[in-house]
Amino acid sequence: MRVLYFAWLREKAGFAAEDVTPPDSVTDVAGLISWLRTRGGGPGEALADLSLLRIAVNQEYARLDHRIGRDDEVAFFPPITGG
Amino acid sequence: MAARVQPDDFDVGAELADFGHRAGAVCMFVGLVRDLNEGRPVTAMTLEHYPGMTERELERIEQEACARWPLIDSLIIHRYGRLEPGERIVLVAVASAHRDAAFDACRFIIDWLKTRAPFWKAEDTEGGRCWVQARAEDDAAAGQWDTDFSERRRACGSAER
Repeated sequence: MRVLYFAWLREKAGFAAEDVTPPDSVTDVAGLISWLRTRGGGPGEALADLSLLRIAVNQEYARLDHRIGRDDEVAFFPPITGG
Repeated sequence: MAARVQPDDFDVGAELADFGHRAGAVCMFVGLVRDLNEGRPVTAMTLEHYPGMTERELERIEQEACARWPLIDSLIIHRYGRLEPGERIVLVAVASAHRDAAFDACRFIIDWLKTRAPFWKAEDTEGGRCWVQARAEDDAAAGQWDTDFSERRRACGSAER
């Protein structure tokens, strides 16, 4: 699945996007975040604080319990500041 | 209804020249880059967005506005990329038969846009580049529309057209 990082999460992650293959035990966003954190590195730091995290799956806002599969696009970003 | 996300500046007069045919009221809002943020001079602002999701959310906001008020037309243009103080960031325009709906819908769209459309701002100041923090006031402004709408619907029974 594709994972995208935006704004300062991208800066902490060190890159804007990556293709990942989590284990079959990862079935929702919360599981994906835990798995990405255990890998460590930039993404682990970027996802450290859930309170600062907003999530989209296939370009729709989603919550931690949203189920995900290998063909999904998951995006992580800070609270938005447009307008 | 139209929503555009673009790096280029827009001409407000040109955009509204053919807007709102048969409307009695057109209301618009333009957001600009300020040269100060919390007392610190800002030399530039960079706007990032999520291509694909941004356009979809803007269209969804317009659809919500059309569901709540009797709008004849609506337009959102939001820029991204590097902007300097004084430059236009966003245009929201709505057209309706009467001014109540036009004023309310215009305010609603910008309030919701500021909490739902995936843009992020970074400001260049003398201290370097820093990401703008989301404001509780923006969440409160967006949330107020749900409170107001529920109360108004109870009071009036149905939307006046």
